[in-house]
Amino acid sequence: MHTSPPATVEGEAHENPALLHHFATEEQQKNAASLGMWIFLITEIMFFGGMFCAYLVYRYSYFGDFAAASSSLDLKLGTINTIVLIGSSLTVAMAVRCAQVGKQKAIAVYLLLTIILGVAFLGIKAIEYKQKFDEHHVPGLANFHLEGHVPRHADVPVNQNHAQIYFSLYFAMTGMHALHMIIGVGLFAYLTYKAYKGRYGPGYYTPLENGGLYWHFVDIVWIYLFPLLYLIDRHP
Amino acid sequence: MANNVDALYIFLLVVSALMSVLIFTMVIFFAVRYRKKAGVRAEQIDGSHALEITWSLIPFCVFMVFFVWGAAIYFKERRPPQNSAEVYTVAKQWMWKFEHMEGQREINELHVPVGRDVKMIMTSQDVIHSFYVPAFRIKQDVLPGRYTVAWFHPTKAGTYHLFCAEYCGTMHSGMVGSVVVMEPKDYQAWMGGGGNQPLAVTGEKLFAELGCATCHKTDTQGRGPNLVALFNKPVLLEDGRTVVADENYLRESILQPTAKIVNGFKPVMPTFQGQISDEQLNALVAYVKSLGQQSNAPAHNVAAATPQP
Amino acid sequence: MATAVLESGERETYLNREYGIKSWLLTVDHKRIALLYLMGITFFFFIGGFFALLIRLELLTPAGDLVQADTYNKLFTMHGQVMVFFFLIPAVPAVLGNFLIPIMIGAKDLAFPRINLLSWYLYIIGGMLMVYTILAGGVDTGWTFYTPLSTEFLKTNVTTAALAVFVSGFSSILTGLNFIVTIHRMRAPGMTWNRLPLFVWAHYATSIIQVLGTPVVAIAIVLVALERLFHLGIFNPTLGGDPLLFQHLFWFYSHPAVYIMILPGMGIVSEIVCCFSRKRVFGYKAMALALLGIAVVGFLVWAHHMFVAGISLYAALIFSFLSYFVAVPSAIKVFNWTSTMYKGSITYQTPMLYAFGFVGLFTIGGLTGLFLACLGVDVHVTDTYFVVAHFHYIMVGGMVMAYLGGMHFWWPKISGRLYPEGWGRLAALLVFVGFNLTFFPQFILGYMGMPRRYWDYSHSPEFQILNVLSTAGATILAVGYLLPMIYFLWSMRYGKPAPDNPWNAAGLEWTIPSPPTTFNFEEQPVVTWEAYNYDELDQRREEVPVAH
Repeated sequence: MHTSPPATVEGEAHENPALLHHFATEEQQKNAASLGMWIFLITEIMFFGGMFCAYLVYRYSYFGDFAAASSSLDLKLGTINTIVLIGSSLTVAMAVRCAQVGKQKAIAVYLLLTIILGVAFLGIKAIEYKQKFDEHHVPGLANFHLEGHVPRHADVPVNQNHAQIYFSLYFAMTGMHALHMIIGVGLFAYLTYKAYKGRYGPGYYTPLENGGLYWHFVDIVWIYLFPLLYLIDRHP
Repeated sequence: MANNVDALYIFLLVVSALMSVLIFTMVIFFAVRYRKKAGVRAEQIDGSHALEITWSLIPFCVFMVFFVWGAAIYFKERRPPQNSAEVYTVAKQWMWKFEHMEGQREINELHVPVGRDVKMIMTSQDVIHSFYVPAFRIKQDVLPGRYTVAWFHPTKAGTYHLFCAEYCGTMHSGMVGSVVVMEPKDYQAWMGGGGNQPLAVTGEKLFAELGCATCHKTDTQGRGPNLVALFNKPVLLEDGRTVVADENYLRESILQPTAKIVNGFKPVMPTFQGQISDEQLNALVAYVKSLGQQSNAPAHNVAAATPQP
Repeated sequence: MATAVLESGERETYLNREYGIKSWLLTVDHKRIALLYLMGITFFFFIGGFFALLIRLELLTPAGDLVQADTYNKLFTMHGQVMVFFFLIPAVPAVLGNFLIPIMIGAKDLAFPRINLLSWYLYIIGGMLMVYTILAGGVDTGWTFYTPLSTEFLKTNVTTAALAVFVSGFSSILTGLNFIVTIHRMRAPGMTWNRLPLFVWAHYATSIIQVLGTPVVAIAIVLVALERLFHLGIFNPTLGGDPLLFQHLFWFYSHPAVYIMILPGMGIVSEIVCCFSRKRVFGYKAMALALLGIAVVGFLVWAHHMFVAGISLYAALIFSFLSYFVAVPSAIKVFNWTSTMYKGSITYQTPMLYAFGFVGLFTIGGLTGLFLACLGVDVHVTDTYFVVAHFHYIMVGGMVMAYLGGMHFWWPKISGRLYPEGWGRLAALLVFVGFNLTFFPQFILGYMGMPRRYWDYSHSPEFQILNVLSTAGATILAVGYLLPMIYFLWSMRYGKPAPDNPWNAAGLEWTIPSPPTTFNFEEQPVVTWEAYNYDELDQRREEVPVAH
């Protein structure tokens, strides 16, 4: 296990102003920050996990209704969003890479691109939500109605209660995901500002790395959400 | 069966008491015997693998006895005997509504005769309740939207507390009643008073009124499956699964007919959700269960004034 | 060693380094944050305790004649929520854990001091939401929030209560995260895993549970709030939902939560028993593994709260079987504490009295858990006072006694003062007697059939005598709890100044002054000795101060 070398008395000057007083070395600080972010991401997995669990239970019980509801989502927009988000993970990775090799100016550019792609994602999501609202697919409202029938059973209409459960989970899961993205965009705005100020470089880019981890995690959640929500029983 | 629970409880008590006494005695004994004395130092002891293993394995074996014995009781307790008399129960905030197969309805009081198995088929109209008769050592949560089942075998006449044991709102502590166990002759007398329509007959009438008979014919195959002798038999569904036609299946088929479509049939049955009360649903279920089961019709061996379906 | 001295001539400590409310509300010093938490949890302990007193007063008579039914339902709900989420879960980790863990491992602070402060603010925000809920008329769902009662049938402040719990959950998660990273990355040279005090191991195991379990109840509560606000049907059977799904999601956290509550207490007891027996712990590795074992297996048993809820027979069998596994490491710990006393050199100061109490009462509480894990018996006693007695034996007889024992043990370190030993022992005795009188009768009540959460039992007057005994015990218990409040406060002004190591105890915290300086250590320690080196300490023949 990692142990730290002896520290000096507090209050003395360190080479790197980023080194916080309670850490003995930069390496210890960096390792602590990384471990902290990984653990945080594990808590996020458990958090989303609860909703995924509810989703799995109901999808198993109400498969036909879930399939019908799923096919009412806009596959084109969903796919675009997936590409957008994966692209934004690429730009984050590029930003970290630039920091590692010392391309200072490019860092802020890539971070800004990430934000733009993130905002694009949120914008498209907003359009999708509006679509759902217009089509009366918002659960809990009196005017909810999902027309159509269960796939391969032209004579079985969709059970409205079960469809509402699908959409409840749809909004809860994508909404929670979007909330995380909004927080991510805010975080990245801060990182962009700091990068612009020249804060990050080969000697210190921990916040970029950890911010990147967070962003990648949010991306991975979407990569699960997309097929589970959009692609139930879809056929070419 | 309550005796079995008590026997196990006493066994648990004895083992626990012994264990507690052992620990208490050792702690007190050590506290006194090894009290700090001038000039005497503590002896540093690292531990002992042998002891750790011993006092892990032995308790575990004892625990397994608890587990197996408890599981055996629970197994019996979750499986009502075949020819039990059935009582349909609807729980609601804050009362218990019972309906006997012979048609008697009771609120908060349940009369049963000594010596006969009774199976409670229960549902809730609103929130989760729990059917608890301490004297019988049974308890079962009662859920909205489905049936849960409990059973007991009264052995002694008397009046026993019935409590709701799952917090259900304001008058949770007022949702109490009694189970009145009577000697068979007294029970006959109680039952005879008041010409009640047996539950299954009520169900039969509803079956006709609601148009079920249009598709579910008893003599030929109609648009819907033949329900004669259906209860508790396996049913092949059109998606390939096989399920048992128990009370919950029957209930679901009436309220959500498209949830499980029987193989070879079209999903044309309308839903009755919201159109019938829980009591009416119970009557229909009781009727369907009785179809083709004349020989083991349980409640009808008691002399009843009304004809059987 | 040079020690900083203030203008007044006093030695500089973490307490007097800076004054003023800003220096407290914006502190990142783990020790000050611990004290901030201490104020919060003491406040909530007395609120929850006050509700308990009202409950016990109502139950003196069979009729519901003190408060109305709805009020009573709010009292037990809020007693549970306040005690569980705002006292039991944070108490030991956020007060003693925060204060001691960095020092015990030889670090200057936790890995993330600012996140530590954020944790406290989240706790306070959650707490304020809870206070708001109480003042706005309360909530009466039961602390368990079962659906569809909580989502469809109650008009009380369910959503704000859910929000309060949700926010406090994040406080818990961040504390756990902080501890795990600290223990992994901030140990001083020579402080290997095998030399860690069991107090630290206990918090490590606890933190794993906090980090993995809390998010699940967070999402369950969010779904309940959404369902309530938007009339969704996720848990509502009339809309196709399943109320049992809520129960699974809820108990998946809430069972491990009870281990969050007890494991830190076990860590405290190990420290105290070793110190006052002057011995290293019997079976250090087994004790550490037992802590981890409880944390892991504790995640596998949640549905033992649902044996009569309508789960399948086979699920019930599995969960009963697994529940017996979790009892084994707990038993090991009791045996090891007892063995630690064997051939020790034992004294009976207040912390040790609480430790004795813990060992006895946790044993009883744990044994009654075996009754509940047993399917045949559980059917009869679940949802009755038997369960109430069981968990209070562990939470109050166990956890609260451990907490008080720990507060007394480390009070000299935290405050720099000695508490009055005579009063300490009296309070410990009152707590022990009061506790048993309050809760032992409840086992009997439960087996007799008295259900939980009953405002009125006039249909069963045979329950009254045991209820009266229980209430009598509660009043004694209340006095036992008030005393430490009073004399701890008293000691801050009038108590004798404490030496660095009043107990001649092992552990890095006793090598620094009482109270410590802000950065704990003048120089980072280099550890070359094993944990619980009591033979060495006694060799140095320092006097243990006698009670005064």
